[in-house]
Amino acid sequence: MLLQTSSLSFSHPGQSPIQFPDIHLNSGDSLLILGKSGSGKTTLLNLLSGLLRPLTGEVILDGKSLSKLSSHELDEFRGKKIGIVFQKPHLISALNVKENLQLVPYFSKEKAQNLDQLLIDLGIGGKAKSSVLTLSEGEAQRVSIARALAVSPKLILADEPTSSLDDEHAEKVIQLLKSQSEKIGAALVIVTHDQRVKNHISNFIEVKA
Amino acid sequence: MNLFKISWKYLTFRPLSTGLNVFLLALGLAIITVLLLIQDQLEKKMNQDAAGIDMVVGAKGSPLQLILSSVYHVDFPTGNIPIDEAKKLSRNRLVKNVIPLALGDNYQGFRIVGTNHDYLELYQVDFSSGKAWELPFEVVVGAEVAKKLQLKVGDEFLGSHGISMGSHDHDQHNFVVSGVLAPKGNVVDRLVLTSFESVWYTHDEGEEIATEDESSPDSLTVLRSDLASEPSEGHDQFHQKVKTKGFPESDQPREVTTLLLQFRNPMAAVQLPRMINSGTSMQAASPSFEISRLFELLGVGVSLLQGIAVILIVVAGLGIFIALFNSLKERKYDLAILRALGASRMQLLILVFLEGILLTSFGAILGMGLGHGFLALLVSQSDQMMVSSIQPWIFLNQELWILVYALVVGVLASVIPAWSAYQTSIARQLTKA
Repeated sequence: MLLQTSSLSFSHPGQSPIQFPDIHLNSGDSLLILGKSGSGKTTLLNLLSGLLRPLTGEVILDGKSLSKLSSHELDEFRGKKIGIVFQKPHLISALNVKENLQLVPYFSKEKAQNLDQLLIDLGIGGKAKSSVLTLSEGEAQRVSIARALAVSPKLILADEPTSSLDDEHAEKVIQLLKSQSEKIGAALVIVTHDQRVKNHISNFIEVKA
Repeated sequence: MNLFKISWKYLTFRPLSTGLNVFLLALGLAIITVLLLIQDQLEKKMNQDAAGIDMVVGAKGSPLQLILSSVYHVDFPTGNIPIDEAKKLSRNRLVKNVIPLALGDNYQGFRIVGTNHDYLELYQVDFSSGKAWELPFEVVVGAEVAKKLQLKVGDEFLGSHGISMGSHDHDQHNFVVSGVLAPKGNVVDRLVLTSFESVWYTHDEGEEIATEDESSPDSLTVLRSDLASEPSEGHDQFHQKVKTKGFPESDQPREVTTLLLQFRNPMAAVQLPRMINSGTSMQAASPSFEISRLFELLGVGVSLLQGIAVILIVVAGLGIFIALFNSLKERKYDLAILRALGASRMQLLILVFLEGILLTSFGAILGMGLGHGFLALLVSQSDQMMVSSIQPWIFLNQELWILVYALVVGVLASVIPAWSAYQTSIARQLTKA
């Protein structure tokens, strides 16, 4: 078992606590987290990545309980084990495409996979030296996927990766996420309310506020 | 990829704001550099030039002017004193040695100083070629004079009356260069030294020719000393050796401009000035006292400049702070991403500090460069002897303090932005969008 959560709950300040369904995932599995806007999908993702600490319950990833790690250990653990694709690409605009990817091995102290090959696989091999400001939205999202995959993490978390993309690009992005995570044997968790994603991944849980 | 490279990329990502801040800081530090260099060298130079001179005696007037004109050769002389009074003073038991000077002429702006060989000894000169003067009209030129005017042993030139360029030439007799001095970095570098007699004879001739009214401008070639048309009196004296010690001999009532005195004992410092100032038509001035008075006067200007420099540095610090702080809003996102990628809080803290420090280090280096460059420009453009002798490309230990100031500014400006970077909550940042 790669990822396991038990009786997770979280409370935003001034709001009633949210209870989350338990998750059990093996390497190579895919899972959708569905739910209405504001239901706490992203909060669950943040709990899974250790960016937020739960009110109750625990997250066990690759045999380690996230709540038992110090904040510094957690930062490093996250860098090594988890790749995150955010809703928006959030690339560092002062750096070019390749440099954005090189950040990952530097901060996670983990060996990177072949970054040039990764960019080629994602269809943006020619953009390695480009400024991220010159990328189209679809290209930028693909760079952010490449960044999530850079050190071959065990778990890939994607937060509405397709919400701002047209059909064609959304299709491509989902395909890439699936194929690439299978290639490196990582579990894939996608938060979405996008019908286009549901067509590709059948395994899902629903979050209700 | 490392933190250094990342902060470098951030800096070069907004070149205008970075450049402006670096430049502001550099200006402030440049002023400090210039002040440091000038103060250090001027003080050193002035003390060096006045070394061995306990007191200066000259005609009554401003004591500061007397010192400036006869020790540093920058201001106008106060006037002349009768040689008899000077001789009387030199026989005083409190006086160890007297070096008389005759000032008032120049060649191409370089002052001609009539004196004896004691003056050469006072500054412990070395000759790069030739030797000291022995006959009237033989001169020894300082290193800088020789370099600027391309003079070498055997060259001849005419002196002009007055201490600045453009006054009328003494066109009766050529000076002949008998020696060129090695550069010493002191006032002698910029002087034309000759015997007392040379200065006297130059002026004598001028008067004689004028009265005899045969001073057509072309007559100067005729007046080479060995030609027959010389005025009768005193031609022989041109070939007699000049006095190399003490006062020159003369059958006429002569004058000298100033006397440089060395005391025999400390008592002289108390007694001699009072005696001279009240008992004679001359005045006595102490170089060290007048210099410290001068620096006191200059101090106001120096403090003003220092104030401006400090203000510039503070403004630059604020500029860097504001730039870092402003960019932090967009940057908080970046920082959150970096955290999500595995960066620790400490690394982000270092990242922001590094940026501030990099910025100010560049400012410091540019500032020192600007300071030295500006001084070099100032020196190369200046005819003022005092300024033109400053070396713009020597580096002082105090300049390391400029680096320290700059780093302190960098750290101070980064403290708040860095702390707020440290505090960034990743989840809140990333989900805010």
